Amino acid sequence: MKQENTILENKNFRPLDLKKKMRPGESVIQSLLFISGVLSVFITVAIVYELGKEALLFFNNPDVTLAKFFGTTRWQPGIGLFGIWPLVTSTLITSAIAIFVSLPLGLAASLFLSEYASPKARSALKPILEILAGIPTVVYGYFALLFMTPLLQKIFGEGVQVYNMASAGIVMGIMILPLISSMSEDALSAVPRVLREGAYAMGATKFETSLQVVLPAALSGIGAALIIGISRAVGETMIVAIAAGAGPNFTFDPFKAAETMTGHIARISGGDLSYNTIDYTSLFAVALMLFLVTLVLNLISQTIINRFRQRYE
Amino acid sequence: MQNTQIPEYAIETKNLFVFYGSFAAVSEVNLKIEKQKVTAIIGPSGCGKSTLLRAFNRMNDFVPSSYVTGEVLMRGQNIYGSNIDPVEVRRNIGMVFQKPNPFPKSIYENIAWGARINGFKGNMDELVEQSLRGAALWEEVKDLLKKNAYELSGGQQQRLCIARTIAIQPDIILMDEPASALDPISTLRIEELMQELKKNYTIIIVTHNMQQAARVSDYTAMMMLEKDGSRSGTVIEFSETKKIFTNPKDKRTEDYVTGRFG
Repeated sequence: MKQENTILENKNFRPLDLKKKMRPGESVIQSLLFISGVLSVFITVAIVYELGKEALLFFNNPDVTLAKFFGTTRWQPGIGLFGIWPLVTSTLITSAIAIFVSLPLGLAASLFLSEYASPKARSALKPILEILAGIPTVVYGYFALLFMTPLLQKIFGEGVQVYNMASAGIVMGIMILPLISSMSEDALSAVPRVLREGAYAMGATKFETSLQVVLPAALSGIGAALIIGISRAVGETMIVAIAAGAGPNFTFDPFKAAETMTGHIARISGGDLSYNTIDYTSLFAVALMLFLVTLVLNLISQTIINRFRQRYE
Repeated sequence: MQNTQIPEYAIETKNLFVFYGSFAAVSEVNLKIEKQKVTAIIGPSGCGKSTLLRAFNRMNDFVPSSYVTGEVLMRGQNIYGSNIDPVEVRRNIGMVFQKPNPFPKSIYENIAWGARINGFKGNMDELVEQSLRGAALWEEVKDLLKKNAYELSGGQQQRLCIARTIAIQPDIILMDEPASALDPISTLRIEELMQELKKNYTIIIVTHNMQQAARVSDYTAMMMLEKDGSRSGTVIEFSETKKIFTNPKDKRTEDYVTGRFG
């Protein structure tokens, strides 16, 4: 006790010096952080630049016009057919099926985990759900082809082709289910407890509280989960390459085979391609289109979420 | 015989204990809360004031491993009876919390939501207006009904929470330190509002502010940890506020209200 007092009473152990000091550690860290930030932006810009540059070669080809690109419905660049729509529609159809499967299931699972499950059940179930996210997509692809397609054929009959968009879409939905449910659960759990208590104190049942107070309050987080889910579905390649079909096909029948943008890029670039041919540059046009579709879908979801989100705090 | 009498009290507790696991947070509480009066629960931090209050509308049900022994009687029915629906209990015993917690919805919807889930079928616009008037908030928000409740000030939010509570017409309103997060002027408005509300409702308020208890309440329950070192809170004295503050029977109450302790 005595000793402590003497140390603390010695106010002159450090002379008063208010001059500016060099702090090299601070500036090193600051520059490292700055470089990391710039690097990720730079990489994104570089990818878009490269995409755009090669795609420009494609659009500069005298046979290609924007009218053909957006105005026709057959895609076979080797023989002069440049309609992008068959690839776009199949991407949109498989992704829509995936979201249609994963959003309601994922929301229900996340509501159960955050509002109904006991802490013990939650800590057991959440990791199991997340294991689903660790399964390689090639496994999902064959799961679609060898399990989901026969199942669909059993239910819907012979109209279901061996390769079809429905089977790939459903399995993609299963693939993004853990992502949606896990992120939504985080969003629901982050809703302050006092809001739930406020609802219960009004005589709300658990279901009314979960669905009408907690869920709307968590909407922005759930929206973020949905956006990432859509991006995953639109960009998913292996499942659709294996199960959705090989060859562009302009159809709105989910039981028919149709190649998506990603599946098309994977298949064509897997074959022999020489630089500067129309087949080669066309892939960059498809990739650019894929980029645009993802961007537009993200913007749309963001707008919808902003409109419906509820602000607390 | 006693159970068949017409109950004169809003709430009566008989030998009430509240447990968290094996720990009795509140023990042996016997209170008779008068109708249409303001009853304050005071006492030092951690003595179980909020736990006791939350036992009155079964909010402790949400704390895992909590349970209650003894009885809490409301109009002769034990709200912890085996055939009691806690949702129905809470529809009749409203609650206002320490930190204002309006729903992240519009001001209008904050009031309409509770009424709707409770089966209100009448004129919603009228109910919203009357509830807001009842909480002395109407004049300030009548042109902002579509705005998000979180755009209001803290004091306004708390009055909105009172408004949504009276919109479901409970018998009793529980208030858990309703002004502790508010500035003095907002606090004064809440206190004035309580005097209005007690004409129609029984109010039980937890407060750590003794001046507030003295100003607003008709009856005061003084809580304190048990002397035996068990960390369990109990009501050591309960009577008219005047008596508690001027002529307390228990030495510990006297020490507390005169500021010699706590």
